[in-house]
Amino acid sequence: MTRKITTRAGFVAMGAALALAAGLVPAAAQQQLNIGFIAPTTGFLSQTGQDMVHGFQMYLNDHNGMLGGAKVNLIIEDSQAKPDLAVTKARQLVLDDHVDMFIGGVLASEGYALAPVSTELKTLYISSIAAADDLTQRQLDKYPYFIRTTWASSQPNHPLGQWACDQGYKKVVTIAADYAFGYESVGGFQQSFEDCGGKVIQKIWPPLGNKDFGPYIPSIKSDADAIYSLMVGPMSPQFPKQLRDAGVKLPIIAGGTSYDDYNLPFDSDVVVGDVSALMYSAAIQTPKNEAFVKEFRSKYNEVPGYYAEANYTTAQMIDEAMAKNGGKFPGAEAFIKTMLGLKIDSARGPVAFDDMRNPVENIYIRKVDKVTLFGDDKPALWNTVIKTYPNVSQFWTYDKAKYLQQPVYSRDFPACPNCE
Amino acid sequence: MSEKAKILTVAVVLLAFAWVVPHTTSFVVLLATRALVFAILAMSVDLLLGFTGLASMGQAAYFGIGAYLTAILATKYHFGLGWDFWLVVLFAMLLGAATAAFFGLFAIRATGVYFLMITLALGQCVWGLAYRWNSLTGGDNGINVTVRPNFGIDLTNQRTFFFMILGFFIVTLLSLYVLVRSPFGRSLEGIRERELRMSILGYNVWLHKYIAFIIAGAVAGLSGVLWAHTNGLVSPETVVLTTSVDALLMVVLGGAGTLVGGAIGAAIVFGLREYLSTIVPWWQYVLGGVYVLTIFYLPTGLMGLPARLRQWRASRTNSTDRPALAPVRS
Amino acid sequence: MNAQFWLIQIFNGISYGALLFLVGSGLSLIFGVMRIVNLSHGSYFLLGAYVALSVIWTTGSWLLAIPVAALAVALIGLVMERVFLRPLGFDPLRQVLLTVGFAFLFQQASLDIWGGNNMEIEAPAALSHSIVVGHLYLPLYRIFMIAMALVIGIATWVAMEKTRMGAAVRATVDDAQMARGVGIDTNRISMFIFALGAALAALGGVIGGTFLGVYPGLDFEILPLAFAVVIIGGMGSLGGAAIGAMLVGLADNFGKALFPELAYFTLYAPMVLILAVKPTGLFGRE
Repeated sequence: MTRKITTRAGFVAMGAALALAAGLVPAAAQQQLNIGFIAPTTGFLSQTGQDMVHGFQMYLNDHNGMLGGAKVNLIIEDSQAKPDLAVTKARQLVLDDHVDMFIGGVLASEGYALAPVSTELKTLYISSIAAADDLTQRQLDKYPYFIRTTWASSQPNHPLGQWACDQGYKKVVTIAADYAFGYESVGGFQQSFEDCGGKVIQKIWPPLGNKDFGPYIPSIKSDADAIYSLMVGPMSPQFPKQLRDAGVKLPIIAGGTSYDDYNLPFDSDVVVGDVSALMYSAAIQTPKNEAFVKEFRSKYNEVPGYYAEANYTTAQMIDEAMAKNGGKFPGAEAFIKTMLGLKIDSARGPVAFDDMRNPVENIYIRKVDKVTLFGDDKPALWNTVIKTYPNVSQFWTYDKAKYLQQPVYSRDFPACPNCE
Repeated sequence: MSEKAKILTVAVVLLAFAWVVPHTTSFVVLLATRALVFAILAMSVDLLLGFTGLASMGQAAYFGIGAYLTAILATKYHFGLGWDFWLVVLFAMLLGAATAAFFGLFAIRATGVYFLMITLALGQCVWGLAYRWNSLTGGDNGINVTVRPNFGIDLTNQRTFFFMILGFFIVTLLSLYVLVRSPFGRSLEGIRERELRMSILGYNVWLHKYIAFIIAGAVAGLSGVLWAHTNGLVSPETVVLTTSVDALLMVVLGGAGTLVGGAIGAAIVFGLREYLSTIVPWWQYVLGGVYVLTIFYLPTGLMGLPARLRQWRASRTNSTDRPALAPVRS
Repeated sequence: MNAQFWLIQIFNGISYGALLFLVGSGLSLIFGVMRIVNLSHGSYFLLGAYVALSVIWTTGSWLLAIPVAALAVALIGLVMERVFLRPLGFDPLRQVLLTVGFAFLFQQASLDIWGGNNMEIEAPAALSHSIVVGHLYLPLYRIFMIAMALVIGIATWVAMEKTRMGAAVRATVDDAQMARGVGIDTNRISMFIFALGAALAALGGVIGGTFLGVYPGLDFEILPLAFAVVIIGGMGSLGGAAIGAMLVGLADNFGKALFPELAYFTLYAPMVLILAVKPTGLFGRE
């Protein structure tokens, strides 16, 4: 009798002891997620870089520095928008700091330089800005550890071409920064514009970063109906100003970066009426975006551009993907798989992924206008949304297989049969 | 130090280097590899500066030509990724030499400051082409060199690649050492010291300088090939003015006229640019400071430090003339 | 490409040349008088723009910014010459490396003081539109740049040719030893010239910064162009700098408009040819 009680008591005691111990032993140590962030925090694109960092950090701060249950160790490295430097920093982040993933890269050239590094070092690279088309198109197989959370260069320009036709424009002159992003933006516009009956009659390519458009403006053909412009960074405020100063009154339809939201408050009224296309506008009138813009403005004293939104939403995506993996980083490939299954409701609207690791999302046609938004007390310049194309993928309305057979947009493709 | 002792020291240091580096982190290996490539470039600068007395502000031109050649052959023609890599090395050296031969026709007539200016201009010509000749060079984007050559050894392994670059460095060092110890090399030093006397003695000064210039171009071209594969990306940044100036600094910092001085200088400059920059944001103060302090306090570079110390100790009372930094002909 | 195209391009080229004259004339003086290869000249340009920004932020006056920036940078130039360059004596290589070192120091300091953003210097409203001449729209600001370059150029020329100080400078350029023999304090002259050169660069920075924007990296972008002006126009010659600046401005403009792929090549190749034939530049004094 005594033995039974003793044994049972023993079991109960052991059980109690174990339960007590389990209660005392802390839950498995919180996972740490090491994230490397590569952005141009100095140099001619420094405003962009800072916008990116702020966007990502705001989400982190809103969530106590945690994403999906893991504590984030964010390491920010300056790339100065130089692909060389970006690559060196990426290598250092992976080899020295042992990051689980690196995010960032702004220019298409940075994207094309960083993606191979992700393959070489077998580490996840999330492009939160670098829009280079081919990374999620013809070169996808080279980069199994790569995913993009924003857009492909040509993506917003396809619907813009259609929109231009709908406005009755027949002849357009393009002036775009002379590098991959410029070529791919113009290419996207040209293909869809010419498919619906328009003609591109001239292509001008000022160098990236060029601020004096004196040599280029006088050569714009006078029989055009409109000008398609693709400007980046410091080029963006200068071009419309110099264009109007030179007396050219043609309407401007542009790639989204030509009218960055954070620049608009400082622009003069010459830009009113200029149209651009992008997957975001700070003026989107949804509760989610309004909250985002208001919070960003109060924290950083600036209107958020798409760079901020893209990185904020990227943080949101990482949050949800990590949560789905129980707060543990499952390795690059599994993580990508989780991300591909996400459906996000973000500041820019609904976002999902196509099977080539690029987002499917709304594209907004925006027009600069002086309005009062979000409880402000006076009007300012905003990219007001005048049309929304929902569920736009990087392939627009084209058949994917056929599209992939044509070469990536370049300086020479599409050819310009109507150019002189 | 006797000649033999010097050679022995260098050999020992190189061996130690070759032993230690692979055991450090991947990042240090990467950094060391990059610095070694620039050390080769620095040697070409040293040949001109330390031995011939010519300060060239445009060596990056031949460096870039070698790099772009490699990148274009690799990406557009799929050439140079197997055993034909060695052909690319040869072509790059020839192209570097040929370009130097062409540029030299304009440059060698000038001396001192004017030589600086004209080599600067020549370097900028190459930069301009790299930047705007989109169809050839990819313009601002540059050209990605993503595949390392495969001729039996696995160069995708960082450590193996490091050894190959080290090998190139050692071979170049030995070759240049033989060159500067030869009668030709001695003549160059004579020209550096007393150009007028050399020409009175009947030496064809122009020709000597010209040949040195061509050889330097070839060596710089070689370093360009290695850089293309080390960096994985060739862009106008490779040929920018700062690259040429950095190379000059590396030589001056390490010690002109020593051939290995450039390697020490390269290690320091790279350490600052690529390592310190990731740790502290004010690294450029250190870099600028190094430039300024070197000029004032280390005119003979780090390699010249032992000699300077000895001199300082020996003649504490006399005011010493600044020991000659390879005087630039003016 | 009609007459309008050519006229506008010439106008643009000349206005760009005006800007280059401001930054190049300073370098030409420094080189001509002191044979110093000043690789921090681009930094003076950029510093001028940054100082102007600070003045505008505190006082709101663009006009005030101009002399303040020029004086501030002149002071920096003065110190640099006196403390760092003079001890080096005539040693081009050391000068190059020293001035580059300072360029890096200035770059980092600018980053720390003003931050890394692209900034704009707002031109006064009076200059912010265009006048119409025939069919041509001529932005007033470009006309202003040309006018400023003319005014400053003429003022400097008058100072050089018609004043005693100027005579002393010219004497130093032509033969420093003789100048000393005649009792001219060549050290004071050197200091003055260096400060003047720096001030000119800073003026270029304020006026050019309004046109190009102000951002880190502008210093090293403008530097080779300044050298192009000096080399083509001739070292030490103000008139040469003016002509060199015009040529560079026009070549740059037309190069970009007509031969975009060779744009910079069309700029630097003539530089090489000129140097090969006449090492001191087109109008250089030796």
